[in-house]
This record gives sequence, C-alpha cells and structure tokens, in this order.
Amino acid sequence: MTQMTFARAINSGLRKSLENDPKVILMGEDIGTLGGVFRVTDGLQKDFGTHRVVDSPLAESAIIGTAVGLAFRGYRPVLEIQFDGFIYPAFDQIVSQLAKMHYRTRGTVKLPITIRVPFGGGIGSPEHHSESPEAYFTHTSGLRVVTVSNPQDAHTVIQQAILSDDPVLFFEPKRRYHDKGEVDEGIDPRTALPMDTARVLAAGTDVTLVAYGPLVKTARDAATAAADEGISIEVIDLRSLAPVDFATVEKSVRKTGRLVVTHEAGQHGGVGAELAASITERCFHYLEAAPVRITGFDIPYPSSKLEMHHLPGLDRILDGVDRALGRPNSLSGLEG
Amino acid sequence: MSTDEAGQGGSGTGRPVENAGIPAGNSGTPAGPGRNLIQLITPAGERVSHPEFDPWVQDIADEQLTSLYEDLTVIRRIDVEATALQRQGELGLWPPLLGQEAAQVGSARALRDDDFVFSSYRENGVAYCRGVDLADILRVWRGTAASGWDPYTVNMATPQIIIGAQTLHATGYAMGIQNDGADSVAVTYFGDGATSEGDVNEAMVFAASFQVPVVFFCSNNHWAISEPVRLQSHVQLADRATGFGIPSLRVDGNDVLAVMAATRVALDRARHGGGPTFIEAVTYRMGPHTTADDPTRYRDANELEDWAAKDPISRIKALLDRRGLLTDELQQQVQDKADAVARELRAGCINMPDPEPLEVFKHVYSSPNSWLDRQQDHYTRYLASFGDPAEAPSEEGAR
Repeated sequence: MTQMTFARAINSGLRKSLENDPKVILMGEDIGTLGGVFRVTDGLQKDFGTHRVVDSPLAESAIIGTAVGLAFRGYRPVLEIQFDGFIYPAFDQIVSQLAKMHYRTRGTVKLPITIRVPFGGGIGSPEHHSESPEAYFTHTSGLRVVTVSNPQDAHTVIQQAILSDDPVLFFEPKRRYHDKGEVDEGIDPRTALPMDTARVLAAGTDVTLVAYGPLVKTARDAATAAADEGISIEVIDLRSLAPVDFATVEKSVRKTGRLVVTHEAGQHGGVGAELAASITERCFHYLEAAPVRITGFDIPYPSSKLEMHHLPGLDRILDGVDRALGRPNSLSGLEG
Repeated sequence: MSTDEAGQGGSGTGRPVENAGIPAGNSGTPAGPGRNLIQLITPAGERVSHPEFDPWVQDIADEQLTSLYEDLTVIRRIDVEATALQRQGELGLWPPLLGQEAAQVGSARALRDDDFVFSSYRENGVAYCRGVDLADILRVWRGTAASGWDPYTVNMATPQIIIGAQTLHATGYAMGIQNDGADSVAVTYFGDGATSEGDVNEAMVFAASFQVPVVFFCSNNHWAISEPVRLQSHVQLADRATGFGIPSLRVDGNDVLAVMAATRVALDRARHGGGPTFIEAVTYRMGPHTTADDPTRYRDANELEDWAAKDPISRIKALLDRRGLLTDELQQQVQDKADAVARELRAGCINMPDPEPLEVFKHVYSSPNSWLDRQQDHYTRYLASFGDPAEAPSEEGAR
C-alpha cells in the first residue's frame, strides 16, 4: 500500500496500462510535455515517447474522431478532455460515432476508447470549468459512464475502463485530485470489483444515501454527522452511471425503505431522476417515503462566489435525509 | 466562352484545361484565381498528353481501359437498378451516384487491398470496387441493418451519414499506420458540402501536423442537396487545403484516367512519408441528392445538359472508339456483365430476410449490460404474450 493523491493514482493506473499493452495510446491537449493541466499524465510522455503520449492540436472533435480511426486500426486510445465544459465540440463524434459504431457494424468494429474528463465544481473556476455533463452521456446508449471517488478506485477503474472493449467516459472529480489515500498498486483490475457495480461504503438501516464522484466524501461526512443524532445511513458509491447497478441500490432500499440521491449535476433528467424512477418501480412496496433528490439546480453553472449555493453540501444532504425520514426539515409544512 | 469547368479544353495541346468562364448553370464556381484542371481524356474522348501525370498511368493499356469501361458501366447499372428498387418500394432510400462514376472508379482502382477507405454514403461505386457483396451494399438502404458489411473484410468502413465525420476516422487510422511503420494509406471520401464542416477542417489540421498517410478525396459534385458549392466556399476547394499546408490536386472528376493518375500521385506521396494530399475531383451529381429529393426545385436544366456532354462513360467509350476497341462484341459483353450484376443485386435485395425482432438489442455493447438485458427480457416476454406470431406487434398496432 502506498499513500498517494487521487491524481497520482490515476497516473499510476495509466502507466500500468501503457506498460501492459503496446496498443494503449494517450492523447489530449497539454498532456505530454506539460503533463496535463492537473498533472495527471505527468512524466508519461518522457517515459513512453511522443507516439504513445500525444499532445494533440486544440480540437476536441478531432481528438475523439481520430481515436475512432486509431481504434479501427487496433489501438486502444485513452483521451483527455481538459475540462468538462470543453467536451461539447466533440459531442457528435462521441454520441453519433463512438457510441454507435459497434451497433452500426453489428459488432465487427470495437472501439475500446476511454475518455477521461475532469468534472464537477468546487475549485473556484470561471465558466466551463466546473460542469457535470454526465447525463448527456448516460442517455446515450453504447457508452459506459463511470466515475470514482477515491484514489484506490481511481487507480483500478481507469485500468478497467481501458481494458473494456466498449467506449467509456471516465469522469474524474477534479476537486478531489489532491485528496490522499492508500493505494494498492498490485490490485489486478481484471479480478477487482467490476467497474459497472456500485459499492456499499457504510452499512446503515434508516436511509439509503446514493452519491458518486466528488459527493461521495460529502455523503460519508453526512452519514457520520447523522450518526451523532442516532440516524443510521447506508452510503452507496454508485461508481457506474451507465449502466447503474440498480440491484445493489434496490437491495439497500428494500432494507431501509428510504432513498436519497445526491449529485452536482442539475436535477431534471439526471442520474438521480432515473434512480428515483427505477427504484420506485422496483421496490414501491418497500418504500416508506418518496425518493429525495439533492442536486445542483437546473441553472448554468454559477460564478465561483455563488457555487457553494449550487453544490449540494453536507447540510443540504442532511436536510434531504430529514425529509426522507419525515423529520422536521426546510420544506416542512409544504404540500406534496 | 467556355461554359464549364471540366470542359472541352485540352484539345491535344498537352496543357491542362484552363479554368475559364462562368458556368451556364447556377451551381457557380467560387471566385478567386483558381487553378487548372488535370485532364487526360477530353469529353470528346481524345487522349491528351500531360507530362506530369502521364507517367502515372503508363501501365493503363487497352486491356485496363476496357476494364475501367466495364467498371463504369456496371456501377451505373447498379445505381440505376437501386434507384428502380427504391421506386418499387424495395429500398427505403437510395443516394444516386449518376455522373460520378469516374471519380469513384478512377480513385478506387488506384488503391491497394491494404489501404483503408472511409467514405460517405454516396461511394457505392467505391464499395463495388473494394469487393463489397452486392446485397451488402443495399442492406442499410433496405433497412435490414444499420450498415452492410464487415469493414475488415474489404478494408472499407461502412458508409458515414454524418457529413464529414469520416475524415477524422481516416486521419486517425493513418496515425495508426504511421505508428505501425506500415506503407498503406487511409483514404477518405467526402463531398463539397463537407468541406464546410468543422470535422473536415480539424482532420486536415491533424493530418498536416502529424504528416500522416491520408488522402482527402473530395468529390465536388457541385451540390449539397440544394446548396451550390459557391455557398460552401469562396475559393476553389482544392485551394482550401493549401492553407493547412496540404498539397492539393484539382482533377477532372469525369475523366477516369486523370482521377487515377492524381490518386496514384497522392498515394505514392503518402506511402513514402510525404503526408496527406487533398484531391478535388470536379464532377457533377446528375441525379437527385437522394431518391427523396427533387432537384428541379433548385437547379437549372441547362446545367444538367452541359454536364451530360461531359459524361464519364461516353468519354471513355469515345476514347475506346478512337482506338478501334469499342467493338459490338465488347459492348455486348459489358452490357451482359452489367445486366448480370443488376439481376444479382435485385435478387439479393428482394431475398434479403427481415431481421429478427430481438436483433434490436444486439451489439449495443460488446459485453452484457444490466439495463439492456432487463429491457430485452421484458420485451421478449411481451412478444411471447401474443402467442400467435401473426398477431405480433406492428407499427400500426396489432389489436
């Protein structure tokens, strides 16, 4: 076990993938000489060369589109989109090409491409640097969408994403890049918990609290705080956003009877909406209360002095837990 | 005044055709100085010498010319037959390539088997040359599959419908070729309209920056559905490439020999580390954009007449005639071949089975997906609930 930052854990996972498979190629803006604006790819070009760690021209659609061609040729590209808000120029190549090629060609063309996307807010950035665009991609069939919440998963899941024969969107919670944790670099990604499964982080009996990416830490803190008041929260790190591991969430909700989901992305059409609907369908008779969503607002990402209002924090999550439990909360007295 | 671009010029002077004059029709020629058009066979069928490009087609003797004539004729026959199949309700849609046969044959016949093609939906003549099964060409247009063939068996990706998206795939493929140290080439086909797309411009940026072996083959057929080429570009399309540092060639796209020469030049450059080349093949879409289109709403009939006079098949026939090769026997032989191909195409189309209902769930992912498995399971139960397959759901509803 080694103590390392989240960013370093991804770097180490990328390094292993580069070592294990000569067809793995990294490409993105500023990832080579600079090592990425967050230094996630630091040192990799120096060790693997400019043909395996490629500084690309500034064209997001071309980063994805040329990777499609590289994959046609048998390569396994790992791409970096520098910030969440910069992914949209590549939207067509992702949703119309990358996601659909396997279906279009009836399985003859596999596109094992991983797109790394630093996402989420909380770092005081200007517009386009703090977004949570995951729902655009969870709505696109043909893509797998995952995110991680701790250095160990970052290290393992990035390797699993690269090993996947399907295209994977790998969302990295950028405000956690500098968080440290124990990482066992010897864990074999092939035998580790599969990337499309959720993980129960803390067992509880009163409420199921589902979070992913940057808010997992917040959710755990909320559970700790709630425990002081005698409330037992089961925290689930969703990890995979497409497909969602409904079975794990369902099992938990059958036990607790209550579901709270939290994410930074807006509420409408989000991952929380799908969870609330699907869990209601699957365990209606076990529910003691309506599912609660504690999410970012349905607004463009606000300026940094306001972002703390937009981002679900510990207190908002606990307020949602109170709502699920029928305890006094900020909406007490409101109809419906 | 010359009335066209791929015009009557040349006249055996050994000089490229001047790009003079204003077109009679309304598709227009972009303003600007422009450049000469590479031409080796005039519309009248005269073989004109060209010191730079002649050496590239030196090996094309009578036999090869005859074979090109057959290709052009067969491909036109495929196109006509497919159009008829659409009119008869056997195909949902068809994008005719009428008039563009030489651009497709001349380029495709210049390729090696290990080169890889990324095309648009109109390059069905290229697909034929690559050896795609006839029924497979129609599969997507009949609606039995999202695309027709396994790209790796013929080294040609299935048709791209998003305009220009495939140029990036070709460029990436070429990056892979470069990494592999191979000497094959990625070739991408697209139209004049595509040159306005961001993807095509980004592809040229990447291709130039990395100097990868890719050929950008632009079939300038003058129309992007109803939009004339002058709306896409204020300069000749070949001149756009220059700004990216990509050498370009502007070739008479209805001259199969000139297209072949130009493509060979580009391929040779790519194979020897010279990087990308852009070819503008100046041709004309004689038919509608697709069978759902009505070009009489937007283009001048005179323009069509002018281009009919430069027909790629008439041209090679005239050349063969001048050489005493266009015998009745040859014509009959080529016609028989075209008819046989058309019969095979029609039979392949009509006998193509409809896909099984549960095919809708296949190949979305390469490994199991819990969401989709559940949806498939539920739909399977739903289908089974009908009992009698004759009552299975239709679009209109079965009950």
